[in-house]
Amino acid sequence: MENVATINLDLYQRRRWINFTAFMLTALCAIFTISVLFFILGYIAYHGISGINLNFFTQLPKPVGEEGGGMANAIVGTLKLLGLASIVGVPIGFLGGVYLSEYGHNKIGFLVRYATDILNGVPSIVMGIFAYTVLVLPLKHFSALAGGFALGIMMIPIAVRSTEEFLKVVPHSIREAGLALGLPEWKVILFIVIPTALRGLLTGILLDLSRVAGETAPLLFTAFSNRYWAEGWMEPIASLPVMIFTYAISPYEDWHRQAWSAALVLMLLVLLTNGLARLILRERQGVVL
Amino acid sequence: MNRFKNKSVGDILFKNTTLFFSLLILFLTFAIGWELFSNSTLSLKKFGPGFLWGQAWDPVMEEFGALPFIYGTLVSSLVALLIAVPLGLGIAIFLSELAPPKVANITSFLIELLAAIPSVVYGLIGIFVLVPWMRKAGATYGVGMITAGVILAIMILPFISTISREIFKTVPQSLKESALSLGATRWEVLWLVTIPFSKSGIFGSIFLALGRALGETMAVTMVIGNRPEIKLSLLEPGYTMAAVIANEFTEATSDLYVHTLIEIGLVLFGITILINGIARLLIYKVAEAH
Amino acid sequence: MKVEPILDIRSIHAYFKNNKAVTNVSLQIEPRKVTALIGPSGCGKSTFIRCINRMHEVIPGARMEGEILFQKKNILEMDPVLLRRDIGMVFQKPQPFPSMSIFDNVASGLKLNGLRNRAHLKEEVEKSLIAAALWEEVKDKLDSAGTSLSGGQQQRLCIARALAIKPKVLLLDEPCSALDPISTAKIEELIFELKKIYTIVIVTHNMQQAARVSDFTAFLLLGELIEYDETTAIFTNPKDRRTEDYITGRFG
Repeated sequence: MENVATINLDLYQRRRWINFTAFMLTALCAIFTISVLFFILGYIAYHGISGINLNFFTQLPKPVGEEGGGMANAIVGTLKLLGLASIVGVPIGFLGGVYLSEYGHNKIGFLVRYATDILNGVPSIVMGIFAYTVLVLPLKHFSALAGGFALGIMMIPIAVRSTEEFLKVVPHSIREAGLALGLPEWKVILFIVIPTALRGLLTGILLDLSRVAGETAPLLFTAFSNRYWAEGWMEPIASLPVMIFTYAISPYEDWHRQAWSAALVLMLLVLLTNGLARLILRERQGVVL
Repeated sequence: MNRFKNKSVGDILFKNTTLFFSLLILFLTFAIGWELFSNSTLSLKKFGPGFLWGQAWDPVMEEFGALPFIYGTLVSSLVALLIAVPLGLGIAIFLSELAPPKVANITSFLIELLAAIPSVVYGLIGIFVLVPWMRKAGATYGVGMITAGVILAIMILPFISTISREIFKTVPQSLKESALSLGATRWEVLWLVTIPFSKSGIFGSIFLALGRALGETMAVTMVIGNRPEIKLSLLEPGYTMAAVIANEFTEATSDLYVHTLIEIGLVLFGITILINGIARLLIYKVAEAH
Repeated sequence: MKVEPILDIRSIHAYFKNNKAVTNVSLQIEPRKVTALIGPSGCGKSTFIRCINRMHEVIPGARMEGEILFQKKNILEMDPVLLRRDIGMVFQKPQPFPSMSIFDNVASGLKLNGLRNRAHLKEEVEKSLIAAALWEEVKDKLDSAGTSLSGGQQQRLCIARALAIKPKVLLLDEPCSALDPISTAKIEELIFELKKIYTIVIVTHNMQQAARVSDFTAFLLLGELIEYDETTAIFTNPKDRRTEDYITGRFG
C-alpha cells in the first residue's frame, strides 16, 4: 500500500529533472526565435549591402533586362505615400482617440472602440480593395491618392488606440488644475492635457507610420507602380515594398539583388523609427518618474 | 470631466468635432463592408452560396469557386498555429518564470521586433532561403503549405508570446504561493495554477494570432505556389484568399472576374471579423476578472 | 524547554532588498503545541513565519540569514520542495485552486507526490476533510468547484489541502483575518484538535485569539523578538514593558 507520508525519492528526482528540463526547453524556444530574428536581419544586411550605392538612391529603374538603375522614385514614392497617409489617418485617429479618452465613456464610445477593433483586424488586402472601389474605380486609374488613402485608413486603429492610451495616463490632477484656473474644458484638453502627453502621442504616430511604411498589399491595385517619376497625386506611383515584391518574383538576378537592397533600406527605416520612438518614450518616462 | 459645468461654445464645438471624427470611424467600418458587398454583386448573383464550396477556378470559362482558397487559408494558418503556439507559450513561460528582469526585457523587445518586419521582407527570405532549403530537404516544389505555414508561424509568434506573458503577470502571487507551499516544483506550479488561471487569455491570443495569419498576404503569396487546387499533402503548392486577390486582381480581365475576387475579399473580411471578435471576447473576459 | 524542539530557529535576519524586516530572532518551537506570533502590523511576524518554510526567498530581492534547524537539519541545506512537504502553510486569503473541484484541490498535493490510485486518493481526501472539520459539509458535492464554498469553508478546504500530504508542522499566516466570527470560531476549534497531531505556528493580529488557542506566544516589534514564553505567562505576567503595553492595548 502506498504510504504518502514517506517521500518517494524516485518520483521526487524525476519531478526535479522534469522541472529543470522543461524550463531549459522554454529557454531554447527563446534562443531559437531570437536566432531566427538575427538570421533574417543578418541575411538582409549581407545581401543588401552590395547594392547600396549612390545609383540606388538617385537613379530610376532601368528598362526590363538592362542591368543597373536604382529606386529613387520608389523611395520618394514611399515618402509621398506616407505623407498622404498621415493626412488621412492622423486627424481621424487622433481626434477619435481624443473623443474616446475625454468623452467616450458611453454607448457611442463602446461602438467606436468596437469598430476600431474591427478595422484593426481587417486584412491589408481588403483595405486595398476598399480604396480601389472608392478611388480607383470612379477615377478609372491608379493613383498615389488611392494608395495614400489605403495606407491612411490602415493607420487609424493604432492611432486611435495609442492616442487614447497616452491621454488616459495624464493624471486627473493636471486636468483639475487646469479647470481650477477657470479654463473651459476644451482649452484644458487642447492646451494642457494634449501637450502633456505630446511625446507619447508623437511616438505613437511615428510607430504607426513605420508600420504602414512596409505595407505592400494595399498598394498593389491602388498606387500600383511606376517606372518613372510620378507627377502630382493622380498618377500611379512606385513604392519600396511593391518594388521589392515585383523584383523578388521576377526572373532577373540583378533585380533580385536590388530587392535585397530595397529590403535593407526598408528595414533600416522601420528599425530606426522603432528605436527612435522607444528612445523618446523611455526618456519621457524617466523624466516623469 | 464635470458634466454639470456650463458648456461654452468652444466646448460644444470641440466635443462635436471629435465626435464627428469618431463617427467617421464607425462609418468607415460599415462603408468597407458595403463596398465589398456592392462590388461583388455579379459574382454573388451568378454563383450564390455554392461559391463557398466550388472548386473550379477557370477565368477563361468564367467558372469560379472559392473552396481551394478557403482551404488554403485555413490549412496554412493551422500549420502556422501548430508551430507558433508551443513556441510562443514556451517563450512566454521563459520570460515570466525563468528569465531575470534584464534578460526578459531585452528578449521581449527582440521578439516584438519580429512583428515589425514587413510581410514582403518575410516573403523575400521565404523565396530565397526557405524554399531552397525545403527543396534540399526533399520537397519537390519547395513552395507549398508547409513553407507558408512556417513563415506565418514566425510572423504570428510575437502575438502569442507577448499577450500570454502579460496574462501570466496577472496571476495572483498568493495563488502561486499556495501551490509552492504544497511542495510543488515551479514547473508544477505553472501547470497547477498559472496556466489554468490564464486559459481564456491564452486562447484569446491564439485567436488573435489566427486572425493575423488568415489575412496575411505578401509573405504567403511569395511562398505558397499559387496553385488553386486542394491537395492533401502539405508539401504541395496551394493558394489562399489573400494571395489570389493579390496576384490576380490587376490581371482580372472581366467585371465578373473582378467581382469574384472582391467576393473572396468579402468572405475574408467576414471570417476575420468573426475570429477577432472571439479573440476580443476572450481577452476582455480576463480584463473583467480583475 | 524540556522537550526536544522540532524547530530550532537561531538568529534569523530577513531582508527585502535593502530593507531589514526581521532582526536577530531566535526561538524554539515545541512539537505538537501551538505557538502564536503576535505584534502590531509591520512587526515582521508574517515575514518571519515565511522564513520557516522558505517562502520568503520566493520574493525577488528577498533574502534570509541565520540558521533554522528542522528536526536537527539545516533547512537551507535542504531542497525547498522537500521542506515544504513537511512544513505546510495556510495563507490569509483562502486560495482554493480555481480550476479544480473540492476533491481535486485536496488531492493536488497527493497527486504531485505520486499517489495515483483512485481508491487511496478518496481515502486520503476523506481523512483530510474530516481532520479539517469540513467533511460533513462537502461530502455530497466533492466534484463541485472549490470556489463555490463560503469563505470559512474555503479556508478549511485550504487546511485540508495542506494536511493531505501529512506535514509535521503547519504554519498559519493570519488564517482567520478574512473570515467572519463564526468561521473563525470553527477554525479555532479545529486548531485545538489539530495540535494533537501537528505542530502549529500561527501568526495573528488578534490577541484574544492568541490567548485562546496557543500554548506559547512570541511578541515581535519592529522585526525583533521582544518576549517569548508560555501564553499564560505572557498574558498575565509579561516581563517586558513593551509586551505589557501591546497587550493592554496602549498601541498597535
